[in-house]
Amino acid sequence: MTIVASNLIWGVGPKTIVRDVSLSVCGGETLGLIGPNGSGKSSLLRLLSGLKRPRSGRVEINGRDVARVSRRNLAREVAFVQQNAATDTNVSVRDVVRLGRTPHRSALGGWSSADEAAVSAALAQVDMHGRRAQAWQTLSGGERQRVHIARALAQSPTILFLDEPTNHLDIHHQIEILRMVRDLDVTSIVALHDLNLAAMFCDRIVVMQEGALVACGPPAAVLNQALLRQVFRIEAEVIELSGSGRPHIRFCSL
Amino acid sequence: MTTPREAERGAGGLVLFLVLFIVALGFAVALATAIGDYSIGLGTVVLAITNGFGLTDADIPPIQESVIWDLRLSRALVAALAGAGLALCGAILQALLRNALAEPFVLGVSAGASTGAVCVIVLGIGAGGLSLSMGAFAGAFAAFAVVAVLSNGATSGPNHTILAGVAAAQLFNALTSYIVTTSGNAQQARDVMFWLLGSFGGVRWPDFQLLIGVVVLGLAICLWMARALDAFTFGDEDAAALGVPVARIRLVLFAVTAMITATIVSMVGAIGFVGLVVPHAARYVVGPTHLRLLPACAAVGAVFMVLADIVSRIVVTQQTVPIGVVTALVGVPFFALILYRSRPKT
Repeated sequence: MTIVASNLIWGVGPKTIVRDVSLSVCGGETLGLIGPNGSGKSSLLRLLSGLKRPRSGRVEINGRDVARVSRRNLAREVAFVQQNAATDTNVSVRDVVRLGRTPHRSALGGWSSADEAAVSAALAQVDMHGRRAQAWQTLSGGERQRVHIARALAQSPTILFLDEPTNHLDIHHQIEILRMVRDLDVTSIVALHDLNLAAMFCDRIVVMQEGALVACGPPAAVLNQALLRQVFRIEAEVIELSGSGRPHIRFCSL
Repeated sequence: MTTPREAERGAGGLVLFLVLFIVALGFAVALATAIGDYSIGLGTVVLAITNGFGLTDADIPPIQESVIWDLRLSRALVAALAGAGLALCGAILQALLRNALAEPFVLGVSAGASTGAVCVIVLGIGAGGLSLSMGAFAGAFAAFAVVAVLSNGATSGPNHTILAGVAAAQLFNALTSYIVTTSGNAQQARDVMFWLLGSFGGVRWPDFQLLIGVVVLGLAICLWMARALDAFTFGDEDAAALGVPVARIRLVLFAVTAMITATIVSMVGAIGFVGLVVPHAARYVVGPTHLRLLPACAAVGAVFMVLADIVSRIVVTQQTVPIGVVTALVGVPFFALILYRSRPKT
């Protein structure tokens, strides 16, 4: 359930997008990844999950070098929820969640009771079990995101990556999804735009700026006026959310 | 738990599907063998076939036996394989390219084949040593190679690959037109045109033997990768996250479809429409899961093509309408019906 990344460098052509990032994530932790647009959050997520290979540096997941693990074996431990993954195919909710069993099934093997149990449990966890027969195309944005998370859970991963899972959702569904992710029994790494939600739900926060890691630690230690000014170029006041020990940011309109 | 019941239904469904398919195909092939300018009774056809396998020893006029065995049976079976192959390729490409308009000729294969064919017919390349089929096959693979290079071995994403295919098709179509207009005479132009629209006229047993090898091998490889194809539902990166070796699957399946399509085109010409429409029709019936969809496509494509070939031979007396014309004329109304019934209900 652990990730250790050391000296990751990655880029496209002459442009370096991730600059020498090292970090480690412990089991069961919910780690938030924040930073302005283009700061390399999505790229870092893909490097950590093994979807992209770094130019240099290495990632170890559960003690094994990601570059030496086959795609299939990696997918049994690591699941990735993209932002707004869409399809034109006419599939049901259950079909989509069943895809999560892909890394556990052989080419022609049947549907095992372990597969069925994983799919049922995943659907129940996101509260979509009653709607498993519904067509994907008829779901709302929040429901689709929940089904994607269920599909990731059906992979039975120990580590879950989510790339801006709250995009385009109303505040109720944003909070609902992040609460669900926090309460899951897996290590999760979440790229987020909303700083207050990151402060509310993450155990630790990593701040990215221009591809480099500029701060890492518990929300209260990381989110302060100086950092917000430097990284996000905003004036804000950081107060403590009553009784929780978590910071809350109030943006100043000037 | 729904598992045992579902598994049972799956197995029962498979048996039912196989029985239906064999009966339908057998009936279609028997009809295709019986019907023609020289009409033969269905009973005679069945007896001639069982005679051939040594199961019966009925007395059949040698001329009928010869028409059945030497001309019509091989033709019907090649039609079945061509239909199965084209429909299979269409389903694979629609999944890999995530595009409902994808079909076997989207990668420029038919355009390349036509260029190869005119090189042989009009320019006389190969000086008689090279058959039309070999020219077409070489052209088809040349087009595929151009697409593979333009799309970095098909790794640059579906839209990029489709654009590369469009570019290759335009290039090879232009080459074909250039060769025909500058070097060909009217008769050659007509030959090329007729060949392009497809015909099962000249096919014999050696064609069948080659094609059954290619199609069965292709189907086996595709079925082996059917689960991985399902994982492409939400795109390449999503498939990778589900543990699918995306680049390898893509390259292997593109190569398989190119191989099947090129073989079919070089034998019977570019028969359109089957590869586009049959997958949609099959998906409408059995759903999008590829382990079910691919065999269904092959089955429906096979039966459809045999029937289309019958129609092409009987619709105008003493003359064969190009098979590509029939597949489109019969297929479009049917497809329109499916489109109409599956329209979004708003």
